[in-house]
Amino acid sequence: MSDRALLEVTDLHAYIGSPRGVVKAVDGVSFTLQHGEALGVVGESGSGKSVMARAVMGLMPARSGRTGQVLFQGRELLTMKPKELQEVWGKQIAMVFQDPGRSLSPVVRVERQLTEGMRRHLGISRTEANSRALDLLREVGVPDPERRLRAYPHELSGGMRQRVMIAVALACEPDLLIADEPTTALDVTIQRQVLDLLRRVQTQRRMSLVLISHDLHVVAGRTDRTAVMYAGRIAEIGSSRTVFQDPHHRYTHALLSATPTIHHERHAPLNVIPGSLPSPTHPPAGCRFAPRCAAASQECTQAQPPMLQFSDDLDAACIHPVNTKEGELVGR
Amino acid sequence: MAGSGSAHLRGDAAVLSVENLEVEYHTAGGSFKAVAGVSFDLLPGETLGIVGESGCGKSTTGRAVLRLDPIANGHVRFRDETIETASHQRMRELRRDMQMIFQDPVSSLNPRRLVKDIITEGLAIGGQGAKERAAVVPELLEQVGLPPERFAEMSPRQLSGGQAQRVAIGRALAVRPGLLICDEPVSALDVSVQAQILNLLEDLKSKYDLTIVFIAHDLGVVRSFSDKVLVMYLGKTCEFGDSVEVYERPAHPYTRGLLDSVPSPEVEGGFVGPALQGDLPSPLNPPSGCRFRARCPMSQDKCAVDEPAMREVRPGQYAACHFPLV
Repeated sequence: MSDRALLEVTDLHAYIGSPRGVVKAVDGVSFTLQHGEALGVVGESGSGKSVMARAVMGLMPARSGRTGQVLFQGRELLTMKPKELQEVWGKQIAMVFQDPGRSLSPVVRVERQLTEGMRRHLGISRTEANSRALDLLREVGVPDPERRLRAYPHELSGGMRQRVMIAVALACEPDLLIADEPTTALDVTIQRQVLDLLRRVQTQRRMSLVLISHDLHVVAGRTDRTAVMYAGRIAEIGSSRTVFQDPHHRYTHALLSATPTIHHERHAPLNVIPGSLPSPTHPPAGCRFAPRCAAASQECTQAQPPMLQFSDDLDAACIHPVNTKEGELVGR
Repeated sequence: MAGSGSAHLRGDAAVLSVENLEVEYHTAGGSFKAVAGVSFDLLPGETLGIVGESGCGKSTTGRAVLRLDPIANGHVRFRDETIETASHQRMRELRRDMQMIFQDPVSSLNPRRLVKDIITEGLAIGGQGAKERAAVVPELLEQVGLPPERFAEMSPRQLSGGQAQRVAIGRALAVRPGLLICDEPVSALDVSVQAQILNLLEDLKSKYDLTIVFIAHDLGVVRSFSDKVLVMYLGKTCEFGDSVEVYERPAHPYTRGLLDSVPSPEVEGGFVGPALQGDLPSPLNPPSGCRFRARCPMSQDKCAVDEPAMREVRPGQYAACHFPLV
């Protein structure tokens, strides 16, 4: 393992063509991910969190474009040839999606879905692949794994399918697992089990993890760092603890206080973020949250605020941060 | 846990009283009871939250109250009306007084009509003339926070999810219902929009003194919105009580497990207590005795034989469990 970060994303833009114009789904995102680190990415719909992950992977829809730099173990992914990319997919970077029903093939037994990638990437024999598949199902906590190997996806429950999906993703021992809303389709007690599982395999295998969710609470407490996205940009990024307990960006703060928790006082009004998301094709100049922000000044609407470092473990793109005195910014 | 019984009902003062409700679904795999003996009631002006995971029967319960799903067994009383025996004609009249808001706001609005017509739909069915209806459109739109001059002539596809849900709320309240059933009204919405809709409902509730059944899977949302809460599991009731009491001191092991499964940003590792083991059982073949026993950390032999009934574990708090957490 070198000192170099596993993944370095610099000024990534991803544009998608639509009948109404070009959607700037990801518009200048930069972050790094260390070996063995878990990064949470949160945001509401339209924040660009899923497109960002797909842009990193190279899984973009038709009529789309990407610019910027995505260095994975020092290799540029954006310009990589499809053949080379296929070697990276599955073997070095694997992905788990929201809907396990649609990402598993309905006509192929669990066993072959698990062994296919291993035989292709690792060049191992069928017998060895089969025995590894059994180990994988055990690792992800599928009960009665011998029988489940012979099952088709529709014979499994939603939570079980997501476990199988995770086993498929882990099969070739990737260095990075990207999980895009892996528990959104699941019930809360099953979500709990799957999140525990992800965290466990991530730490045991010393694998890096990007956990994408619309739910701030899903990401908090199970990741080392968190990035909050809004309208295609990172609003705030830092250690998960700081982002959730001491957020500096006005959007993060507003989002946290708009979310009812199980400790919320009964019938107390929730803090509201007025308005709605800006147009994805013609976003406002300056800070994209400014039209909905109570603290916005004229300065905010003129130029995109720079990423400011507030402490060793927190950066936010906000010139009127929460919990900070006006003068503190000077000199940073 | 997960049992039947009606010890928690509060008698004639209730606006809506549901007793031992059963709803059956017939599938290719056989018939099963999606709701298998559920009881609850609501006092005037009260909000009851119904929570549970998929397949627990919470939505079916709400639909059965309006007889949108047929009632197989049990007794539903709304004011002085017996719902299960009311004629179709009478049900049509009663549904004016019992309105419903659904999860997917866009698909619950007729795409071929304009907002001004949709929001007065109930009034039209009630026999109001076009002129009278046109006169109330601005007021109806304003009370749900939509500027009439901008929205009255729009069609549903031009609305965002939050705006569409506002129209659905306006439509439901236009007829001044005695009961409002909200089935997952905010679960399709983003957090920032969800807060707007919850605050709107809260305002309208105190303005019109609404009696509300609030069905949701999100425990935080239910806590913030409900006076009383009913926890369901696989077609049965687990626990009923004051929402603060139930959240602070859950008596049913399932309620406890559910609350412990809610991610908490304050806790290292993200969760408060241990995870519930196992998967939800199939409703086609539910476990004997207590339906929760297979996943219950407290389960004993008795749980497989006897189905627990709802009983008072603390004043005003009821649980269907042989070994409640007290």
